[in-house]
Formats: sequence, C-alpha cells, structure tokens
Amino acid sequence: MLTALALGLLGFPLLAALALPLGRRGGLVVHGGSAGLCLLLALAAGGSLGFGLPEGVLGLPFGPAWGGAGLAMDGLSAWFLLLLGLAGASASVFALGGPPRGLVAWPLFLFGMALALLAADSFTLLLGFEAMSVASWALVALDHREESNRAAARLYLVFAALAGLCLVAAFGLLGAVEFAAIRAVPPEGWRANAVLVLALLGAGTKAGLVPLHAWLPLAHAAAPSHASALMSGVMTKVALYVLARLLLDLAGPVQPGWWGLPLLALGAASAVFGALRANLEEDTKTLLACSTIEHVGLVTMGLGLALLFRGADLGALAALAAGAALLHALAHGLFKTLLFLVAGAVLHAAGSRRLDRLGGLIHAMPRTAVLALVGLGAAAALPPLSGFASEWLLLQALLAGWRLDEFGAQMAAAAALALVAMAAALAAAAMLRFFGMAFLGRPRSPRGAGAREAGRFELLALLLPAGLTLLIGLVPGAALALAEPAIRLLAGAAQVPAQGIAQGVGLAAGEGQAGLLPLSVALLLGLAGVGAWAVIRWRSPGATRRGPVWNCGFIDPPEHLIFGDPLSQPSAAGLAQPLRRMLGGALLAGREAVAMPSPGETRPARLEAGFADPSGRFLLTPAARLRDAVAAQVERLRDLSIRGCLSMAFGTLVGLLALLAWLEGG
Amino acid sequence: MLILGSILVQLLHLALVLAAAPLVIGLVRWLKARMMGRRGASPLQPWRDLLKLLRKRPVLAENASVISEVAPFAGFAATAVAVALVPSFARGMLLAPVGDLVLLAGLLALARMALALAGMDVGTAFGGMGAAREMSFSAFAEPALLLCVLTFAILAGTTNLDAVSATFHDGALGLRVSLGLAAVAMLAVAVAENGRIPVDNPATHLELTMVHEAMLLEASGRHLALWDYAAALRLTLWLALVAAVFLPFGAAPAGSGPLAWLVGLLAWAVKMGGLCLMLAGFESAVAKMRVFRVPEFLGAALLLALLAAALLFVSTGLA
Repeated sequence: MLTALALGLLGFPLLAALALPLGRRGGLVVHGGSAGLCLLLALAAGGSLGFGLPEGVLGLPFGPAWGGAGLAMDGLSAWFLLLLGLAGASASVFALGGPPRGLVAWPLFLFGMALALLAADSFTLLLGFEAMSVASWALVALDHREESNRAAARLYLVFAALAGLCLVAAFGLLGAVEFAAIRAVPPEGWRANAVLVLALLGAGTKAGLVPLHAWLPLAHAAAPSHASALMSGVMTKVALYVLARLLLDLAGPVQPGWWGLPLLALGAASAVFGALRANLEEDTKTLLACSTIEHVGLVTMGLGLALLFRGADLGALAALAAGAALLHALAHGLFKTLLFLVAGAVLHAAGSRRLDRLGGLIHAMPRTAVLALVGLGAAAALPPLSGFASEWLLLQALLAGWRLDEFGAQMAAAAALALVAMAAALAAAAMLRFFGMAFLGRPRSPRGAGAREAGRFELLALLLPAGLTLLIGLVPGAALALAEPAIRLLAGAAQVPAQGIAQGVGLAAGEGQAGLLPLSVALLLGLAGVGAWAVIRWRSPGATRRGPVWNCGFIDPPEHLIFGDPLSQPSAAGLAQPLRRMLGGALLAGREAVAMPSPGETRPARLEAGFADPSGRFLLTPAARLRDAVAAQVERLRDLSIRGCLSMAFGTLVGLLALLAWLEGG
Repeated sequence: MLILGSILVQLLHLALVLAAAPLVIGLVRWLKARMMGRRGASPLQPWRDLLKLLRKRPVLAENASVISEVAPFAGFAATAVAVALVPSFARGMLLAPVGDLVLLAGLLALARMALALAGMDVGTAFGGMGAAREMSFSAFAEPALLLCVLTFAILAGTTNLDAVSATFHDGALGLRVSLGLAAVAMLAVAVAENGRIPVDNPATHLELTMVHEAMLLEASGRHLALWDYAAALRLTLWLALVAAVFLPFGAAPAGSGPLAWLVGLLAWAVKMGGLCLMLAGFESAVAKMRVFRVPEFLGAALLLALLAAALLFVSTGLA
C-alpha cells in the first residue's frame, strides 16, 4: 500500500518533467494526469480510513545522515490526504478548461503537499512543506507582468521563508528526526514551550492566522483561480496539519491545558477579523481569501479546545473538539475550493474580479449560480450543508467549555463562543454580499452583460466539491466515522469513550448533551417547502406577471445607459457600510469622508470610504523599517579592512564552537 | 402508543402555531392601537390580508431571477421547520429529539439569508440596503443568543430545547439571577430578530428607515403573503421560545393525555397573550432608535448574557 502510494507520488514530478518538453501543449496531459493522480490519492486515503490504515514506515533511499527519511500514513495524514485528493482533482479539472499555464509548478505544488502529509520524519515533512511553498510562490508570480502581483509574490516569499525558518527550528528542538523516536522522548520544560511558540509562528504564518495574515489576501488573489482554490482550500490545511502534528501528537500525549489558550485566542481573533474584512473587500478573490482566514481560525479554535479538554482529562469533549476541527477542515477545504473556482468561472465569463464590475450573472450562468449557492450556504453555516455540521460541533464543544474547572478557561470558552457566533453571522453577510453583487441585480459593465455560462470542464470541476459539500452536510456522521483514527490521535492520552461523536449518519455531542440529524432536517425542509407550494398552487393559481421594477417609483434609466444607471444599484462599498461603521471603525480603521464642493463649484460631491488592515501599520511597516536599518548596518561591513574581515570570521567560528560545546555539555 | 401520542401532539402543535401566528401579529397591532387610543383593526385582520394577497396575481420585475420565486418558499420552509421544533402546549413532540437550540439559530439564519437574497435579486437600492442592515444586526444578535444558550446549557446540561424546558419546569431551579439576566438578553434579541421597535418599525412607510420591509418592497401577491406569514411565524416562534424556557409552567409533560393538553393549551394562550401585551406596551413606550445605535442595544444584551454565564461560573465554582 505505502509503496503504491510512494510510486503514485512520483507521478507528480514526472508530470512536471513532462511539461517541459511538451511546452504549452502539455496542458491536457499535466492537468488531466494531476486530476487522475489526485483521485487515486483520495481513493487510497479514503479506502485506508474505511478499511484499515497501512502499518509501518516505508524507508526512503535518501535523507539526512543522522536519521532515516520515510513515508507513513496514520489517521491524521489520511484525513488531510483525502481533502488534498478531492480538492486537487476538482482544481485540476477546472484548469483543463483554461489556458495551460504554470504546468511545471502545478504538479510540484500537489507533490509538495502530499509529501508533507505522508512524511514519517521531520526531514521529509519540511522537504514537502518547502516544495509546496516554492511551487505555490511560482504560481502566485505567474502573472508577474502586473506590479501588484509581483508585490504579492514578494511578500508571500518573505512570509513563506519566515514560516519555514520557524518550523525548521521547531522540529530541530524535538531532538530526533523520525516521528516514532520523537514520540518516545517528547520534549519537556522550556523546550516544549519553545516548540509551542515556534509552531504557532511557523504554521500560523502559513495558515494565515492573525496577525501574520498580511500575505494571504494578496497572494490568493494574485494566483490563477485553480491555484488560489488549492492554496486556500488545502495549503492552509497542510499548515494546520503541521500545527496539529507538532502540538497534539509529537509534543507528547500530555501537555498543560493552557497550551490550548493561545490557539483559542489566535483562532478567535482570526475568525472575527477575517470575516469582518471579507465584508469590506471589493475583489471576489480577496474577499474569499479573507473568509479563509476566518475558517482557518475556526479550525485552530477546535484544536485549541481539544488541547484544553485534554489538559482537563475530559476525553469525550476533547474528541468532540478534535472532531469539529477535522470536519471543519474537510468541509472548508471543499467549499472554499468550490467558491474560488466559482470566482474563477466568473472571472473568465465576465472578465472582472471587482464586485463593482459584476452583477446579474444568474441569468447568464444559471448552473454556476446554483453551485455557487451551495458553497455560499456552507460558508455561511446554513443547515443542512457541511459548514453548519462542523460549526455545530464547534459550538457544542464551546458550549461544554464550562466543564473546564478553571474560571479563566471557562470565561475564555464563553468569549470564544460569542466570537464564533459573531464570525458565523459576519461570514453569512460576506457571502450574501459576494453572491448578491456578482449574480443578482443588473449587470454593471458591458463585459459582464455579455457573459456566457462556464465551460464543460469548469462546471464539472464545480460539481464535485458542491456534491461533497451537500453530502457531508447531510451525513456528517458517516464522514466523521472515517475520521475516527484521527480523532483518537488528537484526543491523545485522554480516554475517548467507545461511542464517538458520529452516530449513524447524524452527530451527537457529549453524553446526551445534544444531537443533530441533518438528514431529517433536510427532509423536513423539503416537506415544508413542497407543502407550502402545494397549498399555494391550490389557493393562488394565477400565473405571475412581469412588469418594470417598482423600486419605490424611481424613474427608469435613460436610453443611453443600457445597463441602467449603475448608481441606482447597491455598490460594494455601499453594502459594506453598516458593518464598516458598526465594527470596522474600531478593528479595521474604517473611514468615510464626504468631499463637498464649495458653493458655486460644479463638481459633484464624493463619498470616500475605505479601511486599512492594522497588520500593515503595526507589523509590516515596522518590519520594513527594521530591514532597512539592518541593511544599512550590514552595508558598513563592506568597508571593513582585511584584518577586520578575518577577525570576524574567526570570532564567528569560535562562537559556533562554544555553542556546540555548551549544547553537547548540556 | 407513546409514538402515536407524540405524533398527534406534533401535528396539533403545528396546526395550532400555523393558525395562531397571524393572530399573534393581529393581537399585538390591536393592543398597540388600543394603548394609543385608536380603535384598531380586528386581530383577524392579518388572516384576511393573507387571503387577499393569495388571490392577487404576483408581479415580478422584468429582471427578477428564479431567486425571487423560490426564496419565499425557502424562507417560509425554514421558519416553519423552526417553529415546529419549539414546544407550545405540550412537551415530548415527535421532533423533540431534533429540537436543538443551535439548529434553531441555523434555521433562522437560513430564513434570513433567503429573505436577503430575495431583497437583492432585482438590484434595487432599498433592497440591498435592507439586506446589508439585516445581516449586520445578526452579527450582534447571534452571539447574544448563543450566550443565552450557554446559560441554559450550564443549568440543564443540554442544548435540546425540550429537555431545557423540562428541566426548568421540574428542576425547581427557583429564581436565579443568571436566568433573569439571560431573559432580558433573550428578549432584546427577540425584538431585534423580529424587527420590532426600537430596532426596526414594522409599520413604517418611510423607506430610508426600513430594514425588514425594505427587502419586501418588490414582493407582491402570494410571494408577499409567504413573507408576511413567515414573519408572523417568526414572532410566534420567539414568543413561544421565551415562554417555553422562562415560563415552562402549565405545559403538558411528555406522554400525557388530552386533559393535560387542554390545560397546557390554556396556559400557553395566557402566556402568549401576556407576552403580546408586554410587547405592545414596550413598543408603545419607546421610540425607534437610529440604525447605528442598534449595535449598542444588542451589545448590551450580549454583555448581560455574558454576565449571566459568568455568574454561573462563579456560583458553581463556590458551591
């Protein structure tokens, strides 16, 4: 089994190598091959989760001198591999419908993620992680003719390097290379705490946790749509996998409960911040990327809660929180892939990513619109879709937070509960704004008015994640039954009761605390809808009539404005106004100013509105200033005499030797 | 036999609530009119309006999509399922095991989303404005509601509405400060979710101040009837929810017979009448607030609910 998987993994670099001689004609081979390999990966992962995981470690014929490199698949890696396979297949099929670009980087991106997930030692994991970072950077920089994309790629590279550095240090502190050896002697004392900080910095940067999220909205918007779909849906999840692997598995079965608090706090901040920013952004892909920050925060909160409950030895609740995190990771990976692909289809059809240039696409692209509604409902946590099932689990875990025996932890869980609810409502508002601006109303530009339905490949690519979103939403219990090994792994040493959270096709929280049976909810909704329709047909048989829009008597637009007067439709900034005033002022430095002409002047009055992410002011600007200062200092080294250069080299050597002696002695 | 009884209770409950919902709206309007010194229309008027709207042919805008036609049914279905989960005169209904408070919030969010989508469908300024405001208010109402649910979950050990109601009825919890605070928070959320004064004025004719009504400006005929009916159901749902949690006395316990149901029905009618009177009195006494003051109103509810939970943490910590 593992050998077959390893051979399948080798297929990705092979495809990348094939892309070179084939050139631009290789699109069908590379993307089709990637889709096939991804489906095989998903099958292998799903099959292993259902019928038994492969045992042991497959040694690789390379690796560092002080330890062996290897591949292995346990419940956690198989769960994330399943997501990678499903989302990767959809994105690859979508790419078939577009121009063949980034043919070398695409299979390598998939290869890096799969390698990181299957690694059985830190060397292989970091190798895969860095391959993923570099290949995705190449995809972000694909449209490098535009200045904004170059800037996004540069910023992304800096943050990826920061993530890589922190993770190398975190894995270095664990002492051994093979995961089995690390588990045998988990880190203790300051070493363990340093691993916590470094893992949060490294994996948190790559996952886009606040305040290290500045790169994410820029990079995800700059990449081609299928690449941004995978970056948002899966790459952030690989980072969360590394976080879970480091903190909940490798750092030992027992940590102090407070380890969960930083995760809970960072997750809650990301959730609210990301969802709020998604309400203010005016570019479809940037908006979706901000919503990714929100959902990554929710998954992180689930992991943090699992750590808190583990520390308090509440096994059933730790399993509940871990199940929430895992299910939400899968659900978000699928519906965000779907939504990014929808944004890509809209971009191809209507030629714009700006909400203010779209509108009325539901008439030109009815199928895309229906599939988009599925993704939108899941992102807004509406029953009976997948996002609701996973957020229900997370809310139930938070509602059980009062069972923690410390007042501080209880209050943290209560505050987190309120913030998750707020994030869910904000996400619903953001998704409504996205769909309402892009698909509803009237077209806002000539290009948008001439849009056509998405192509065959694009619709096929949307169908898979949309179907899975609906399926997971209807039978979340069946999906979670697959995650059972991963849940046990994340719940750690705490005793997990034999009867899990998955009950048949439904979900159950705690011991009789609550249950959710989405299938019956869907059935009831269908019954109520059909019943109402039947009664209405009986009592009100008249056909609907079409007439000009009422709009409170607002006059029809003049003939020369064939799209209607655009200003009579809500704009992206206008729809954002309530939240910009209510929450944006404090959190995102939102501002509104009216520029009135002086009396006698003929120019129109203008309303300027906008916001600024505080991470730019408080993190990026000081960091850039620090960089310049360091560069200026380093510049002085050039003028050193030969004596100065030699003594510096000697001093460095002595310093390193002293460090080595101290480490060996300690 | 028990199953048969629960099915019967469920069906009776559904019929009762579906029949009573427009009456609740009518009663509140009548009471308000009396308090303001007017004669007021009969409480049956909303029913007459609904039947009249059903007879009229709906007019759709030329560029209305399928959303305008489907959303009324989706919004109505979500509200109807939600209202079927909230016990009225008896507990132990067929759907009681499904009746989770978090699911209830999800169903209401689904109905809200359907309404907002319909409001944005034609691309009119007022529809979009109403949708944006409605969704923004929910960002403050939902956390407050879930913190109330947290208080119930701590006291009852479950988020199942039927079980919460049964525990509060049988558990002899007595008067609790936390429960009182949660009740105030819950009432504030109910006022906001139903678009009543001071958050929104259901009787307004001025488009600029509309929230809920602004999304319905383009709806007509049977579509408008469905939206109005769904709004009536939602008000009934919130009043019944408040009654089930904070005033659980009188309701027939699970597995009881027709006599207990009759008593429960009387008790429910009294409770709902009392709540309608409270609502009408409150609405007559306060003025509508500015839209951007609403976050303060709901923020206060949020803090009260958090305080309720914190008091419980402290008291369980001391005990």
